[in-house]
Amino acid sequence: MTTPIVTMEVRHPVEAVAVIDIAGEVTSACEPSLTAAYERASAPGVSRIVLNFTGLEYMNSGGIGMLVTLLVRANRQHQQVRAYGLSDHYRQILSLTRLDEAIAVCDDEASAIGAETATERAR
Amino acid sequence: MTEQGDQERSQRNWAAPVESLKVERREGVRGTNVDGRRLHGAIQGFGKLWQKTYTVSGLSVSPEHAIAEWKAHFPEFWPPGNKFAASLTGIQPGEVALLDLAIGGTKLSTGVLVLYADDVSFTFMTPQGHMFGGWITFSAEAGADGMTTVQAQVLMRASDPVYEVALALGGHRKEDVFWRKTLTALARHLGEADPTVAEQLVCVDKRRQWSRWRNVWYNSAIRSVGQTMSGPVRRPENVRKGQVVSGVPGEAEPLPSVQPGQPGQPEPTQEAAASAND
Repeated sequence: MTTPIVTMEVRHPVEAVAVIDIAGEVTSACEPSLTAAYERASAPGVSRIVLNFTGLEYMNSGGIGMLVTLLVRANRQHQQVRAYGLSDHYRQILSLTRLDEAIAVCDDEASAIGAETATERAR
Repeated sequence: MTEQGDQERSQRNWAAPVESLKVERREGVRGTNVDGRRLHGAIQGFGKLWQKTYTVSGLSVSPEHAIAEWKAHFPEFWPPGNKFAASLTGIQPGEVALLDLAIGGTKLSTGVLVLYADDVSFTFMTPQGHMFGGWITFSAEAGADGMTTVQAQVLMRASDPVYEVALALGGHRKEDVFWRKTLTALARHLGEADPTVAEQLVCVDKRRQWSRWRNVWYNSAIRSVGQTMSGPVRRPENVRKGQVVSGVPGEAEPLPSVQPGQPGQPEPTQEAAASAND
């Protein structure tokens, strides 16, 4: 098994919101890291998980699959998932894979931890 | 790797954005139910979310060699009766492959987009109407013992209620057999005389997405039956007219059998054109 080149730190900037700061390469090899980060993030009362991709260096298709399973786990807990810090290229990837229909992509952390988006209201 | 290097690598390995798929006619496959369709991932599917992983370990080739061979000979590893027609450039990001699958005694015509490809993996994403919405990732990885493991991993939801029932009534089992045979053929090609396929089937989400039941409109199996039944009627017409058809008009329409404005005139299809060339 390849050693994942990624770090995932968790913080709670405001009540009910957890931010996972992702830095490095997101591939299927880092699934244990993401699972552990999600468990730390998913404290009682947390209703929104925010993925900070500012430190993202690379993501392959395995990384996209991992985001889907994270999304399922979050939905099961009635949590919204948002993302910010994505480059234009990775925004296009989320659009291509139509993951952006389930993960709201925001411009910055302030909007990611802010009010409900139009996409989320529509769901 | 530098930031610019990472960006170039990513742009090289991922497909460019597309709103809907565009395909041209290809020899050997019917080629219907793909042109004009949108991509359709696990988020857009209807049924339970499954992650199915099939692996063969202990191969004495490099991961890069395994994937290069898999890409180059992809259709040859499929069980007989199933056809895979890639574009001339092969399995490259952004290319669309057309499929004719042998399902329940009939031919199901669909396709896949090559979503991602690098030296040690490649991923297909399905269009609307496919049996499932999701991704299939093929990969190879070297283990601590220096031997290589090849893997096919399917992350999928049945696209609509019809497919969900079909998968429950033996479809899942047939799919498992399909990928076991595929990996066995690949492993033999890579020099393993007696490969063993390990499989792990995980239901990631037991809930069905009932709001997606309307996906049945695009169901390729239902449409393929209609296309098969109407095929022989169309063939002589197109042969006589010598028509060459490069697209499937009106994919969003329900299997029209007459051309708009020309009552009684059979509509040309890729299938008819292909048949004419047989």
